[in-house]
Amino acid sequence: MSTIPSIGQSVSRLEGKLKVTGTAKYAGDYQVPGLLYGYVINSIITKGKIIRFDTSKATALPGVIAVFNHTNRPSLAWFSMQYTDMDAPPGSPFRPLRDEEILYNGQPIGLVVAETFELARYAATLVEVEYETEAFETDLRNNASEARSPKMGMATMLKPLPPRPKGNFEKAFEQSFAQSSGEYYHGTEHHNPLELFATTTIYEGKGKLTIYDKTQGTINSQLYVANIFGLKYKNVRVIAPYVGGAFGSGLRPQYQLFLSVMAALELKRSVLVTLDRSQMFTFGHRPPTIQSTRFGADENGKVTALNHAAIAETSRFEDYTEVVVNWSHMLYPAENTLMQYKLVELDVFTPLDMRAPGGSTGLHAIESTMDDLSYKLKIDPLELRLINYSDTDVSLNRPYSSKELRQCYLHGAEKFGWKNRNPEPRSMRNGNKLVGYGMATGIWEANSLPARAEAIITRDGKLHVNSAVTDIGTGTLTVMSQIAADELGLRVEDVTFSYGDSQKPFAPIQGGSFTVSTVGSAIKAAGSALRKKLFKIAVSMEGALLKGLEIEDVRFENGCIVLKTDPFTFISFTDIIEANGGTPVKVIKFSVPNLLKLKKYSRATHAAAFVEVEVDEELGIINVTRALTAVAAGRIINPKTARSQILGGMVWSISKALREETINDSLLGKYMNQNLSEYHIPVHADIHDLDVIFVEEKDDIVNELGTKGVGEIGLVGMPPAIANAVYHATGKRINQFPIHFDYLL
Amino acid sequence: MTTDYPDMQAETVENFTPQKVTLTVNQKPVELEVLPWVSLLDGLRDYAGLTGTKKGCDHGQCGACTVLCDGERILSCLTLAVMNDGSEITTIEGIAQEGELHPLQKAFIEHDAFQCGYCTPGQICSAIGMLNEGKAKSREEVKELMSGNLCRCGANTNIIDAIMEVKNQLAHE
Repeated sequence: MSTIPSIGQSVSRLEGKLKVTGTAKYAGDYQVPGLLYGYVINSIITKGKIIRFDTSKATALPGVIAVFNHTNRPSLAWFSMQYTDMDAPPGSPFRPLRDEEILYNGQPIGLVVAETFELARYAATLVEVEYETEAFETDLRNNASEARSPKMGMATMLKPLPPRPKGNFEKAFEQSFAQSSGEYYHGTEHHNPLELFATTTIYEGKGKLTIYDKTQGTINSQLYVANIFGLKYKNVRVIAPYVGGAFGSGLRPQYQLFLSVMAALELKRSVLVTLDRSQMFTFGHRPPTIQSTRFGADENGKVTALNHAAIAETSRFEDYTEVVVNWSHMLYPAENTLMQYKLVELDVFTPLDMRAPGGSTGLHAIESTMDDLSYKLKIDPLELRLINYSDTDVSLNRPYSSKELRQCYLHGAEKFGWKNRNPEPRSMRNGNKLVGYGMATGIWEANSLPARAEAIITRDGKLHVNSAVTDIGTGTLTVMSQIAADELGLRVEDVTFSYGDSQKPFAPIQGGSFTVSTVGSAIKAAGSALRKKLFKIAVSMEGALLKGLEIEDVRFENGCIVLKTDPFTFISFTDIIEANGGTPVKVIKFSVPNLLKLKKYSRATHAAAFVEVEVDEELGIINVTRALTAVAAGRIINPKTARSQILGGMVWSISKALREETINDSLLGKYMNQNLSEYHIPVHADIHDLDVIFVEEKDDIVNELGTKGVGEIGLVGMPPAIANAVYHATGKRINQFPIHFDYLL
Repeated sequence: MTTDYPDMQAETVENFTPQKVTLTVNQKPVELEVLPWVSLLDGLRDYAGLTGTKKGCDHGQCGACTVLCDGERILSCLTLAVMNDGSEITTIEGIAQEGELHPLQKAFIEHDAFQCGYCTPGQICSAIGMLNEGKAKSREEVKELMSGNLCRCGANTNIIDAIMEVKNQLAHE
């Protein structure tokens, strides 16, 4: 009997037992003898200079080991380039404790190191800092007139700038039968993974460090540390098997990594630096964005003109960009388009990719404008999407590698009960509550990057697979084990996947929904090479069972090489390793996406989101009572963990549309709600009936696995679907997220 | 960031003396020598080496540090270790008995009720405490009474599914 393929099975998370018993160790969980605790001091001004930094009261306390600041830090790498990382946008990366300059509110300006956490925190309050303040600007809307084009850089390769205009937008818009336009505003958001940012640096002596870091890229952190502190790469090992959520916040090395390593090297001791929750608001974030749209359509509902413009925040030192305005033309084949994207420099930290960066911002404007257009045309919103459906990506004039969005619309509408919707706003009720149905489209790019993987069959016939990749809760360990198991015809139980370690083969940062495609492809390539190597040994083995045969003549199953024509002729992996003198058989493969082939196609995941809201008009309460997301994301390796990814995106959608926002006081230049009671995210009582459908989508082009990634797509279509449902329920179109209840009163 | 502390002079801090605190943690006696300002959470993590209990906010806003104290769920960041002298504490490390997972732990794995796993120890301890309280009758009430435990990955529906399964099992016993 052959091994049942693992791909497609709902395998429970392989690290599940460790996570439910408290034995999974996160970056701040490594208790080593003599561990010191660091507490960060942050600037309380927004812009200016430090003119006095008095540490005497703090250092006088017994148990306080050191207080670091810009005056006594070690000399560090000189060039800005040496502070760069895999996710650095064009510009000069922030350099902690560089000098007396204050660039933003909350900037780390010092580190107290003490024998206990409490002592370090208390001593930090005794440090006296005086500043000279300068004028600053932190409000995007007040500074929108300063918007300029973004600089180009490496990051622009993965984040293309807007496509060139097509046709004559202004003329086509003016002449269109129906028009819709809107202004949209999104506030700042902070990732707020539940795990606090922490780095434990173990000082191993002789310039050697083992670092437990909260990161989405072990090698990213390793290179960053080695470059800045002038260490050899092989002497810096970064380990991060368990990451307590990240959502983009771990894509760049954060300042606790720098400070922990600096203190460990200076003190020749092991140092843990943990940021507290308020300090989680002192680095990257989703930027506030202003958008405007103007869409025109003919009398049949065909969209003829698309204009989408966005102005987003960035820092004074880096040009962070995201893809906000490119999506509408990827979906809707208008002849006349005009897409614009600009940045405003403000005195804030550089924004940072946060789950579905750009897409979850842009699609809100696009899909709420389409919704508005449907009312103007008196066409059902779903029907309007079908009228404008395109099998090709008109924005780049190329086909999609696969696109089953139509099936998402149809299956989603059927299961949700879209046909029960009365098209008239304010027409549906449940008791004293208004009921609204809304739908919207989601789209996200299906990228992959180069990666390396190692695969080994050991003497016991089991498979070991190695990659530096992290598992930020996405299910990477489980899914990679499934891919590896199938490649060698083994059960998942016979595979050990070692990951989250910079000493393992190269993997890029984990994000953008590209990990399964990237690392999975490397593992598939390594597995395939390992099969060939095992077969070669088997053919030359004594007894000549497989002599003269080709690899096409055999199958790999149940830990054996089996003759296709005769299942009773087989050689086990254990016998092959014995024949190899007991030496494990090992391969390392580097997999690179086939860009020549891929560039002929657009590659994207798609989704259709359907939402039911109930609005209590007297109390202004908006409740998402029911939601469904139908997803086309290529091959689904593990329906259980993939569903959880989409559910997570759906909860984030509710949060984005109705709850979370960081409020900046532009007079202070400071975020005012730096804690989890004032930065609202949904609690269990806010989350009701959520449903996920994966439609069949076969894709032979995107990569060998046919996978497209599921990390972001759940958070692209549903936020506008919520806004559209609120409009259907109340007749009020609110184009600002989060939608506050007072907007409806 | 800047934090407001009560009036506390350096002199008084220097005069703090470690206190002996005797706890029963996961049915084993644990003696801690801690200064009075050490929270139960830090006592468990930094002094007893039980890092399964997580710190997500240190302010009683997230629920990640939930443990059972004399059978009741508490936020271990909002109580000092010295205030719990003589208490019986159960942390996530003590929920499985003799290697056998608690039904809630099994249900969490089966229902994929976590992604990153960081809120999980708190969710499980809180759910055990909540079921012991016996107040929640319906799914809606379970959701309400579990709302002190945040999950940023968005595993909410799976968490409630897992708890409801165990709650229904208990009802049939």
